[in-house]
Amino acid sequence: MSDSIDTGKRRFLTAAASVVGGAGMVAVAIPFVSSIAPSAKAEAAGAPVQIDISQLEPGQLLTVEWRGKPVWIFRRTEEVLNTLISLNDELRDPQSTQTQQPEYAQNETRSIRKDVMVMVGICTHLGCSPTYRPEIAPNDLGANWKGGFFCPCHGSRFDLAGRVYQGVPAPTNLEVPPYHFQGDNIVIVGEDAQGAA
Amino acid sequence: MSMMDWIDARFPATKMMKEHLSEYYAPKNFNFWYFFGSLALLILVLQIITGIFLTMNYKPDAELAFASVEYIMRDVEWGWLIRYLHSTGASAFFVVIYLHMFRGLMYGSYKQPRELIWIFGMLLYVVLMAEAFMGYLLPWGQMSYWGAQVIISLFGALPVIGEDLALWIRGDYVVADATLNRFFAMHVIALPIVLLGLVAAHILALHEVGSNNPDGVEIKKHKDENGKPLDGIPFHPYYTVKDLVGVVVFLFIFSLVLFYLPEFGGWFLERDNFIPADPLKTPEHIVPLWYFTPFYAILRAVPDKLFGVIAMGLAIVMLFLLPWLDRSKTRSIRYRGPYFRTALVVFVISFLALGYLGTQPATSLYTLLAQIFTILYFAFFLLMPIYTAFDKDKPVPERVTYK
Repeated sequence: MSDSIDTGKRRFLTAAASVVGGAGMVAVAIPFVSSIAPSAKAEAAGAPVQIDISQLEPGQLLTVEWRGKPVWIFRRTEEVLNTLISLNDELRDPQSTQTQQPEYAQNETRSIRKDVMVMVGICTHLGCSPTYRPEIAPNDLGANWKGGFFCPCHGSRFDLAGRVYQGVPAPTNLEVPPYHFQGDNIVIVGEDAQGAA
Repeated sequence: MSMMDWIDARFPATKMMKEHLSEYYAPKNFNFWYFFGSLALLILVLQIITGIFLTMNYKPDAELAFASVEYIMRDVEWGWLIRYLHSTGASAFFVVIYLHMFRGLMYGSYKQPRELIWIFGMLLYVVLMAEAFMGYLLPWGQMSYWGAQVIISLFGALPVIGEDLALWIRGDYVVADATLNRFFAMHVIALPIVLLGLVAAHILALHEVGSNNPDGVEIKKHKDENGKPLDGIPFHPYYTVKDLVGVVVFLFIFSLVLFYLPEFGGWFLERDNFIPADPLKTPEHIVPLWYFTPFYAILRAVPDKLFGVIAMGLAIVMLFLLPWLDRSKTRSIRYRGPYFRTALVVFVISFLALGYLGTQPATSLYTLLAQIFTILYFAFFLLMPIYTAFDKDKPVPERVTYK
């Protein structure tokens, strides 16, 4: 055996040990990173909810909880439905081209039934819950206000179909959850007509 | 052989005392602005001790958290004092840190060779913001809840991975028990350890290069025959005693707030936070705590989700880049030219104005003002390489000036 030091071999062994050790570190990190993702319990809590809307008056809004989020159900009058179409020029996505709703709600009123609107009451900007402001031209919202939802956090505005106005921080329309009707008066939120969401 | 010799043969106790206290030479011309570093250290200790005692009665559970804080306030012996010390301490921490950072801006303490001290300090500032934000969720009031909802949603603005990242941070589809529990873990153990490590790095880096001073001259350039800086005095006893005076004055003001105005009119403890968290209802007007409002105003000033978040992030990144944006060789404001002086005044006004606007509702006038001040905020940094290069600085003295 010679006394000279084989530096090439040393460098190779150092590099090999570092790579193997690094791979081990990454492998060990996986369970830790995964452990803080939503647990099986949190995922299971998303069961559909059933709401009776027989007592819901025109203009009235009902808030129910689904997956921990507020879901709004409200009845729109004929006047409201007429104003919706007149607003198209002021909206970012009037035709709902972005997938913020199931296919069966991708229409002019963003709903299955024109009079009953169902949507998630969470602003698409930073997750606040907007306020229901159905009145026309109140002092604080200005003369052009046709009724809709106003987010108190950062001033985003939505119409009564949850469509976002131009020039506000929220990028997209409010989300419409999967839902369907059972008969005339029961809404099931969290489930399409054909089955689970 | 004395006890101390026995220890010193096994552990460098005397050596460390000398290096960092009795033979650490600090410039003799420190003024009022040099109190805030040691005060920040004092508050860190205060927060750790009060925090430890709070965890003995607090319950990190969405069902129990709000009531456990009220339990501490009403039923635990002296619990109200410990809780108010911790909540007032948090705001005092940011008061002191902002003044400490402003000192650095005024006297050019971030400049070569102190860039790393500044970087460690900025990291401390960022971790402290995370620490404060996570701590604010723990009482589980309405502001805790919706504040966390908004800030975590900021991550959702990132393209492609955003939504999954926000989900991963929350551990649920909305802010929920899982979020509270992990924020508790971060707030009481993970981030404090990082803070302590960074404080050690900040001070070690400072003691390696030596302190800057109000004249911005290097005291190490003029040494006596023993190699001690002519304009330096040992940190202990001179500055330990000076800092004690600062501590007394600070504790006097701190106690006034603590005992007579612990909520500080809704600024230190927001009124809506005395209502338990309700995931179905956002408070009418949500505002972050006062120390975040300048950045919050920048976020709101940009009428686009992604760019708003980017602007807010860049507002902090800019501070990190300060040592390289400033092209002037002169450190102290005392000898800097009119351009930098004007820019610094504009920057301070913009920062305070943004801080105010961040507390107000987003009306169209306020949004416009926030946009103007956001531009001025960034102009201070982005134009700095130009105006500092052409500035007419005054001659800097060889030695520190001292009355």
